[in-house]
Amino acid sequence: MFYNTAGQFKTSYTKDQSLFPVKQDAILLGVILLCAWIIFPMTASEFTFKTMLMPVLCYSLAALGLNVLTGFAGQLSLGTAAFMGVGAFACYKLITIFPEMNIIVAILLSGVFSSAVGVAFGLPSLRIKGFYLAIATLAAQFFLVWLFEKWHWLSNHNPSGAIEVPNIDMFGITVAGPHAAPVTQYYLILAIVTLITIVTINLTRGNQGRIWKATRDMDIAAELIGINLLKSKLTAFAVSSYIVGVAGACFVFLNLGAAEPNFFDIPLSFKILFIAIIGGLGSVMGNFMGAILIVALPVVIKFLPDAMGLEVNPATVEHLNIMTIGALIIFFLIIEPHGLARLWQLIREKLIIWPFPH
Amino acid sequence: MEFLKKLFVDPFVEMVSYPDFLMQVLWEGLVSGVLYSLIALGFVLIFRSSRIFNFAQGIMVVFAALTLVGFHAMGIPAWVSVIFTLGVMALLAITIERVVLRPLVGQPDIILFMATIGITLFLIGGGELIFGGETKRMITSDLGIPTGSVDFEPFGGLLILQHLDITSVAAAVVLVTGLLIFLNKTRMGRAIRALGDDHQAALSVGISLRTVWVLVWFIAGVIALMTGIFWGARAGVSFALEVIAYKALPVLMLGGLESITGAIVGGLAIGLLEKLFEIYWGQPLLGGGTETWFAFVLALIVLLFRPQGLFGEKIIERV
Repeated sequence: MFYNTAGQFKTSYTKDQSLFPVKQDAILLGVILLCAWIIFPMTASEFTFKTMLMPVLCYSLAALGLNVLTGFAGQLSLGTAAFMGVGAFACYKLITIFPEMNIIVAILLSGVFSSAVGVAFGLPSLRIKGFYLAIATLAAQFFLVWLFEKWHWLSNHNPSGAIEVPNIDMFGITVAGPHAAPVTQYYLILAIVTLITIVTINLTRGNQGRIWKATRDMDIAAELIGINLLKSKLTAFAVSSYIVGVAGACFVFLNLGAAEPNFFDIPLSFKILFIAIIGGLGSVMGNFMGAILIVALPVVIKFLPDAMGLEVNPATVEHLNIMTIGALIIFFLIIEPHGLARLWQLIREKLIIWPFPH
Repeated sequence: MEFLKKLFVDPFVEMVSYPDFLMQVLWEGLVSGVLYSLIALGFVLIFRSSRIFNFAQGIMVVFAALTLVGFHAMGIPAWVSVIFTLGVMALLAITIERVVLRPLVGQPDIILFMATIGITLFLIGGGELIFGGETKRMITSDLGIPTGSVDFEPFGGLLILQHLDITSVAAAVVLVTGLLIFLNKTRMGRAIRALGDDHQAALSVGISLRTVWVLVWFIAGVIALMTGIFWGARAGVSFALEVIAYKALPVLMLGGLESITGAIVGGLAIGLLEKLFEIYWGQPLLGGGTETWFAFVLALIVLLFRPQGLFGEKIIERV
């Protein structure tokens, strides 16, 4: 219907391999970007920025990082939150050691640290596979969170081990800390997310992406056709941890403003894994859809009883929330194990051939 | 030099000079090791029969314990509550099989794994909704579990064994023996093992996948209840118990995902070693709290040399 591809001829291979082979996809993305860059910032309230828009972006970015590792390179990881923590703590140390450093540079640099840690914990992946590897990444999860708590140098000797973001200026505008305006922070996160997403899309479309996919689908076969598994798996860990680390730094510095070590504990890892799986493993767009679902759902559940005029105490809402998320995960896995991205693809295919059923 | 001495000399000097304390530490490690083994056993049973990595095992422990305490709080006698709780666990097994597993048969492992995380969340939310979030006392004495302690004086020192711990070790031994007899000697037990060896071959000789799955999840529930009783008696019944499920994961890695022997040996080894490490190395050198990660790092090191765990099936890969 809206997806009529008649008349869009591809006369060269370059055109066929382009990012948007179908014109409507480009238009749709344009509309989404227009919303994200102009319409949302004009209409959203401060509360919406703090609790909806920015968390969605940060979670999407973290899930994107995980998806590079799990969806594209096929290495299941349960330690995502710990790598977010590495990013956040690295950024904190960078800011306190070099107060002059630009915040964006600091955030992008902090990814390098989490990337290094990720490669170190990725080394066992050469010997260990499947669920054994998943449990092995839990070693990173527990060890790193313990380290954040016990190594007080990381939090500048704050007794609770928590980090608090100071006020940081960039070109005369406060961008982080208690005095920053949500709109500026939103734009910063959006810029970083857009940049990294574009890079990742092209990375996964190109040679490196094909190497990862070959490793994922059958690593022995990949090795036989001349792919260096060591390089392939470790680059996947490096790129993934980099993105995840940047997401962690963004989350703490531009949205939350403060974080305790146990914020990076295992529930956060699972939350990001849900987003990646519900969104669709091996899809870039899916991460955003998954993040919207996971972030919006609690808010909807919170306001639904109010809207219907029911009095429910907050603890009950919280429990219902957890239950609903659990049930929804199962529900989505049953109706479409390949995630929301696949669901969207099915809808799209139906629309292209509409009004014919097949 | 000072650090190396602390690392390699001091702990052993201390062990030799206070053998009674060492024995106390070993005993405590053994008791937690037994409970780790039990949880790991629940994992292994389900993994063997269905290739499902059941993340919900930990929360099933909490759920079973809470249900037991909840029934007792309603004025039902302790042992009747146990039977009722078993009924609830059976119902849970049937529901999970019908609602979650049956539609997902044949999906990739990771999808089923995610589904069990979904079950975990559902049970956490549901449990807190029904039973409330506060810590409850396990009904130890009502169940007839002795609560005193016996003291020994080996080497002129003092060794205290809690009756509760002795009971839990004994009960675990009985449970595991019973389970092994069931798996090796009965028709149903053999069916479970057959399904673990080869799904399609088992189906073709008429073994019902559904019945076996329900049964296996129910056995996992029974193990969960027992772990819940003994762990709850030590630490109180609350959702914090869930963390012991994470403790079972390195046990699985160490022992191998398919091996019952592995679960038992791995559990005991990890229980003992992590206690020793925490007391003699962790607290003096690293500021304590090493129990959260020591087991994982230990298992990781073992896996580097044996990628399928100590007792796991050798992985043969073909293109």
